Amino acid sequence: MTPLIGRASGKARDILVVASLAFVAFLVIILARDIYPNGLHLYTLGALSPDLTIPEGHVVPVRIILEVDSMSIFMAIITATVSLAAAIYSLSFMKEETGQNRFYTLLLLLAAGMFGMELTGDLFNLFVFLEIASIAGAALTAFRTRFADAAEGGLKYIVISSVAALMVLFAIGIFYAQYNLLNIGALAHVMQYTMLDKIALVLLVIAFVMKLAGVPLHMWCPDTYSVAPASITIMLVAASYACLYALFRTCFTLYGISPDMVTVGWIVIISGMLTMFVGVTMAVFQTDIKRLMAYHCISQTGYMLLGVGVGLAVLGNPEALATYGREAMSGGIFHIINNAMYKGLLFLTAGALFYRVGHRDLNRMGGLGHKMKLTSIFFIIGALAISGVPPFNGFASKFMIYESVYQFNPILSVIAMLVSLITLASFTKAFQSAFTGPQLPAYKDVKEAPRSMLVGMGILATVIIFFSIFPGLIVHHIVDPATNALIDQAAYVNGIMGGIP
Amino acid sequence: MIESPSGFWGPVAWIIIAVVASLVGYYIWSRGEKTHKKGVQSEEFLMANPRLTEEKVHVRAHNVYWGFFEGLKKYYDPTVKAHTGIINDYIIWFVALTAITAIILLVVGVR
Repeated sequence: MTPLIGRASGKARDILVVASLAFVAFLVIILARDIYPNGLHLYTLGALSPDLTIPEGHVVPVRIILEVDSMSIFMAIITATVSLAAAIYSLSFMKEETGQNRFYTLLLLLAAGMFGMELTGDLFNLFVFLEIASIAGAALTAFRTRFADAAEGGLKYIVISSVAALMVLFAIGIFYAQYNLLNIGALAHVMQYTMLDKIALVLLVIAFVMKLAGVPLHMWCPDTYSVAPASITIMLVAASYACLYALFRTCFTLYGISPDMVTVGWIVIISGMLTMFVGVTMAVFQTDIKRLMAYHCISQTGYMLLGVGVGLAVLGNPEALATYGREAMSGGIFHIINNAMYKGLLFLTAGALFYRVGHRDLNRMGGLGHKMKLTSIFFIIGALAISGVPPFNGFASKFMIYESVYQFNPILSVIAMLVSLITLASFTKAFQSAFTGPQLPAYKDVKEAPRSMLVGMGILATVIIFFSIFPGLIVHHIVDPATNALIDQAAYVNGIMGGIP
Repeated sequence: MIESPSGFWGPVAWIIIAVVASLVGYYIWSRGEKTHKKGVQSEEFLMANPRLTEEKVHVRAHNVYWGFFEGLKKYYDPTVKAHTGIINDYIIWFVALTAITAIILLVVGVR
C-alpha cells in the first residue's frame, strides 16, 4: 500500500507509515499486557482454531506457529519503539532524498522481518524472516546511492547476512533430516544431542554471532552502520538484537539444559568479553562519529553476551542459577532494551550532526553545541546512559551484571567495569570534539535539527529517562518475566506439544 | 528499586542530589556579576601573543588521548591492522571461528 499511496501523495504515505507503526506498537502493548499475567500465546496459521498446534491425526505440529512468550514480546516492544522513532525521524532526515516510496516500503519490510523473527515458533520461518530483514536492511543501507561508501556498506551487509542465513538454513536441514520437524518447541522435545545436532549448534551460534557483530565477526558492523541513514542504523541495531534473541532461543529453548552447556556458556562469555573489550578500544580510537558509535554498539553487545552467558553456564546448577545466574541474565536482557534506546538516541544525534554539517568527521567538527542545543542535550543523555553513569538506565543494567557476574568470576566483572570507563572516555572525546569549543566560522549558519528529528530523539530520550527513574518497574514487570521465559524450556515446549498452556 | 545478590539500586537519592546540586549551581550563577555585558570586555591576553583563531583554539579529535594510543601502540597496531575493510577477510574470520568452535564443542561435547 505504501508505494501506491505514495504515488498519490507523499504526505499521505508518511502518515500511513507512522500511523501503521504506531498501531503496531499499540497492538504489541496490548499483547504484552495479556502475556505477562497469562503466559505464552499461540497462533497456528491456517488452523481451524489458533491454538490447535497439532492437527487431528498427527502427532507433531505441521503448520507455521507463532509462539509468543515474555521473551518474544520483550523483543517486540524494543522493535516497535525503535521502528516508530526511526519512521518519525526519517520524515525530515530523508525529506530531500528521491525514491521515498521505496524507502518507506523497505523500512516497513525491515520492521516486519524483525517482528517475524521474534514472534515465530518455527525455525524455517525464522530463517525466512531473517532473510527478509537482511535484504531490506542491505537495500536501506545502500539507499543513498550518491555516496560510494553506502553501496559498499550495503554489499558487506548482504554478504555477511547471506553467509549467516546459509548456515542457519544448513542447520535447519540437519534438524529436518534427523527429526522431520521444523518447529522449535517440537525439536526441543525430541532433541537427541547427536553429533549432527552439535554441528547444527555450532552453525547456528556462529551465524547469529556474526549477525549480532560479536568479535571477531564484527568488522562489517562499523562499515555498514556508519554509512546507513541514521534512522536505518537504529533499525539495524534492533535487527542485530533480533539475532541476539535467536541466539538465546537456540541455546536456551532449542538445546536447553544439558550438563555440558557449561562449554557453550563459556563460549558465549568469552565472546562477550572479547566483544566488549575490542569494541570499546576500537571505538575510542575513531574520529568518524558514526564509526565510533558503531564500535560502541559492538562493545555493548558484549555486556549482553556476558550476562546471559553466565546464566547459560550455570543453567544446570540450580543453586548458582538462583544465587546469581538469573540476576546476570536479567542484567543482560535489561541491557538489550536499554542499549536499543540510548544507542538509538546516539545514532540519531549523529544523524542530526551529519544532516546539518554534511560529514561525520569529528576532526572537522567543533562548537556545534552553540547552535544545536537540544541535540547536545540528547547526546549528553545518551552518552551518560551508555557509559553507565548513575542514575541513568545504563547504570542499572550494568549494576545487575557487575554484581552477579562478580560472584561467578570477579575478573570478568572488573574488565566489564574497565570497559565502562573507556566508554565514558570515548563519549567525552566525541562530545568535546563535536559540541564544545568556540563556534567555528564554517558552522556559523548551522541550525538546530528539524522538528521531526527532534521528536524521534525525544521519544527515545523520554524512554531512557523513564527507565532511569523506574528501573525496578521495568525489571520486575518486563525483564524478569523474559528471563523466566528463557529459562523455562518446558513451558515453551509444552505450549506446542501439550496444546494450550 | 533493583535488588542484587549483595545490595540494591534505587535512583531516587541520586535524582535528589542532582536536583539539589542544580539548585545550588543556579544560586551561585544568579549571584554573579550583574554588570557584565557580552562583548565589551577585552579579548584574552596570552603573554602578548596574538589571539588564536577559533580553529586553532579547538582541540581536534585526533589529538585527544594521543598519549593513551601511544602507550598502547603494541595493542593498537595489530588490532587496527586486522580491520582491513576487505570482505574476504571477514569471511575468513567466520570460517576460522566456526572451525575453532566446532573443535571445542565436538571435543568437549554438548553432552
